[in-house]
Amino acid sequence: MSTPLTPTAPTATATALALGDDALVLSHRLGEWAGHAPVLEEEVALANIALDLLGQARVLLSLAGDEDELAYLREERAFRNLQLVEQPNGDFARTIARQLYFSTYQNLLYGQLASGDGTFAPLAAKAVKEVAYHQDHAEQWTLRLGDGTAESHERMQRGLDALWRFTGEMFQPVGGLDGADGTGGVVWPALRESWTASVSAVIEKATLTVPTGPQEGAWAAGAGRQGLHTESFGRMLAEMQHLHRSHPGASW
Amino acid sequence: MVTTALEEELLALAGSVPDPELPVITLAELGVLRGLRVRGIGKVDVELTPTYTGCPAIETMTADIEQVLRERGMAEVSVRTVLSPAWSTDDISAEGRRKLAEFGIAPPRPHSVDGPGTGGPIPLTLSVRCPHCGSTDTELLSRFSSTACKALRRCVSCREPFDHFKEL
Repeated sequence: MSTPLTPTAPTATATALALGDDALVLSHRLGEWAGHAPVLEEEVALANIALDLLGQARVLLSLAGDEDELAYLREERAFRNLQLVEQPNGDFARTIARQLYFSTYQNLLYGQLASGDGTFAPLAAKAVKEVAYHQDHAEQWTLRLGDGTAESHERMQRGLDALWRFTGEMFQPVGGLDGADGTGGVVWPALRESWTASVSAVIEKATLTVPTGPQEGAWAAGAGRQGLHTESFGRMLAEMQHLHRSHPGASW
Repeated sequence: MVTTALEEELLALAGSVPDPELPVITLAELGVLRGLRVRGIGKVDVELTPTYTGCPAIETMTADIEQVLRERGMAEVSVRTVLSPAWSTDDISAEGRRKLAEFGIAPPRPHSVDGPGTGGPIPLTLSVRCPHCGSTDTELLSRFSSTACKALRRCVSCREPFDHFKEL
């Protein structure tokens, strides 16, 4: 087994892991919809979004080390993803709520990174164009479900409410992106402000209510970035890593 | 970029490789070949950029380029993937667009059109022409189609569904 990477300093490696793990874990969650989506078009859409995220993850994890070792051989506590992205799919509305929260964040984050000239600018400039479609997809579905039937409205609201407490963690600064090296950093309070304005506008237009609860759980915000994860993440990893661990070096 | 006659010839050869997923157009027409340099006798470096970050076709493209250049006598072919500057659908040539439409895929609109991914403020600007009957009265069925780079649309006039190479 490889040595799990447990970075202690905000190096480019730790930063790449945080962003790469977000993309990898959400990609896997979206992939779980294969064979289960409500209609064929959505099956394809969610798989395509998952593929975009997997592409980002491969680039980012390769900056941090060997992509396969990092994806398949790390233990739960070595993953640096947000707790939001590891949350189970739930019903379709909950998946869309997760997509709305995360794609809005990622679009803003990559937009800021793309305008600088740091290590992550080339990837961000490329991926931000793809993520704009993810965000559009999530927004259109939020509108359709929220302003749909009583049942879809209720489910969409439930999804937004249930995941709200995981959104605070997104605005905890990720080390290495503060522009300390003079490459133009992420302005986190501005990112949070833009995110809140953007997400609130969509939720209100969808005749839904912006959740009012705390944006952090009972534990300290930023726990995912420190390797602390929620209960379902271990089971997700077990499935994701099972093949590679059972058959080391297996290839198609 | 290309300086010698040999490099020009090799670039043309690499550029003639068909796209693995859209075999009607070549890599040159798709605009994904970024550069080619001969480093010595039988040694050549090629720079390739992906359309989408996660595009699985990049591996096949790499293998196909290696093959045609080896067949031309280059023993050592190194294909490197570059991300920057990011590929855009504006990099597809006019000939490439024409071939896509002929194949039944509505080509991407140029980037002056607003939409997601273009920095424009309006999420959906509908004036994609049906590649079958030419009508501009078409509607979006899904933002993502058989591949990430395409959206699924339907023509309201002739009722045929079709793929649209969406703007990136």
